Amino acid sequence: MSSVAVIDYGMGNLHSVAKALEHVQPGVEVRVTADPTLIFSADRVLLPGVGAIRDCMGEIRRLEIDKVVQQVIDSGKPFLAICVGIQALMRHSEENNGVDCLNFFAGNTLFFGTDLKDSNGEKLKVPHMGWNQVYQRTAHPLWQNIDDGSRFYFVHSYYVKSEQPRQVSATCEYSVEFDVALSENNVFAVQFHPEKSQKPGLQLLKNFLNWDGKV
Amino acid sequence: MALAKRIIPCLDVENGRVVKGVQFVDIRDAGDPVEVAKRYDEQGADEITFLDITASHEDRDTMVHTVEEMASQVFIPLTVGGGIRTCDDIRRMLNAGADKVSINTAAVFNPEFVREAAERFGSQCIVVAIDAKKVSQPGETDKWEIFTHGGRKPTGLDAIEWAQKMVELGAGEILLTSMDQDGVKNGYDLGVTRAISEAVSVPVIASGGVGNLDHLVAGCIEGKADAVLAASIFHFGEYSIPEAKQYMRENGIEVRL
Repeated sequence: MSSVAVIDYGMGNLHSVAKALEHVQPGVEVRVTADPTLIFSADRVLLPGVGAIRDCMGEIRRLEIDKVVQQVIDSGKPFLAICVGIQALMRHSEENNGVDCLNFFAGNTLFFGTDLKDSNGEKLKVPHMGWNQVYQRTAHPLWQNIDDGSRFYFVHSYYVKSEQPRQVSATCEYSVEFDVALSENNVFAVQFHPEKSQKPGLQLLKNFLNWDGKV
Repeated sequence: MALAKRIIPCLDVENGRVVKGVQFVDIRDAGDPVEVAKRYDEQGADEITFLDITASHEDRDTMVHTVEEMASQVFIPLTVGGGIRTCDDIRRMLNAGADKVSINTAAVFNPEFVREAAERFGSQCIVVAIDAKKVSQPGETDKWEIFTHGGRKPTGLDAIEWAQKMVELGAGEILLTSMDQDGVKNGYDLGVTRAISEAVSVPVIASGGVGNLDHLVAGCIEGKADAVLAASIFHFGEYSIPEAKQYMRENGIEVRL
């Protein structure tokens, strides 16, 4: 039976991700851990995260998760990042007066702003919280059996803007168009919470558990 | 093509059962919380809110095991409230599988708790619940005040100013319950809902008083709520979640179908 390591660096609700993985593939071995040995020996690795980026990056560096992540990515193993996980993979975030991140994806994490309006001039709330439509920009094994334009659950005040169009696998719109899925070889990263997005979210996790890391 | 307005069934839980009272008295039994939550998840509810309604005044811990069980079977966001007073309470609920916690009475007694919680866990998981009652007389300028302890204790705090203060301290969402309306099925108090929604930058959930589907529509359009919460119309089978969503869509509201 296959195994998946959910990297635990003390931030966020890992129970939800673990339970959702167990739900879509009963019998899968889910390891919620920061132990490099357990992470390296797992078949797949997931980098979750909620909360503020400064604290997240602080813990990632303190626990040397940055090195672990780099090694996992280099190994070609399927790697999925969620929410703050995708932001951690960018070069830099505007949050907390600016925080340098892991610089895996070219591009930055930006603030939505405090004066957002929709096309009719109606005020938009920040955080961007709730179910929004995700438009697939590339074919990818993780989009298998998920309709283009499906709604996923988001909760975030900062968004990712890639500088590498070929890495953008999905976008969403909330006053601005922004990137909600980035991919490069064995790495797939999403801004939304698949573990909280009911059918399409569970399908994405199922696809991840069946993915060999190749595109 | 936009963010969907959310429909949130609310489970008021007492002694391990879902209950629903009229203005917090006259309790009716509505089933096992995990079964009820699963049913709503399958029907397409956008979130679940779980409130331990006796925790605040009976000083009882919220039902961690129920939350754990619910979180392993429900794959939409789960908010837990009732008796959340310390960061340890929050950590326990998040570890049990809650995505957000709702803070009510504790915020009134110690507003700094909201700041501490938001800094530690992130604003995205801190919901501040506000129970408001209209205190102005007909003919006067509208004024709403904050009440605690299930609507029994007035605080003298102005509801709109309070909501703004909570957001400044780090609340990521406001759950606004109108105590005049709660359980009486005459619709949300649209005045206070709109006033608060326009006064704060974060999403506002309208709560209290839903008796039919027009009330949900009015909460979104006139009340400008970002999400609508209801309990008894769903618990007792008057309407299903898909019926509610279909009706909202027919009335021009963006929903997740």
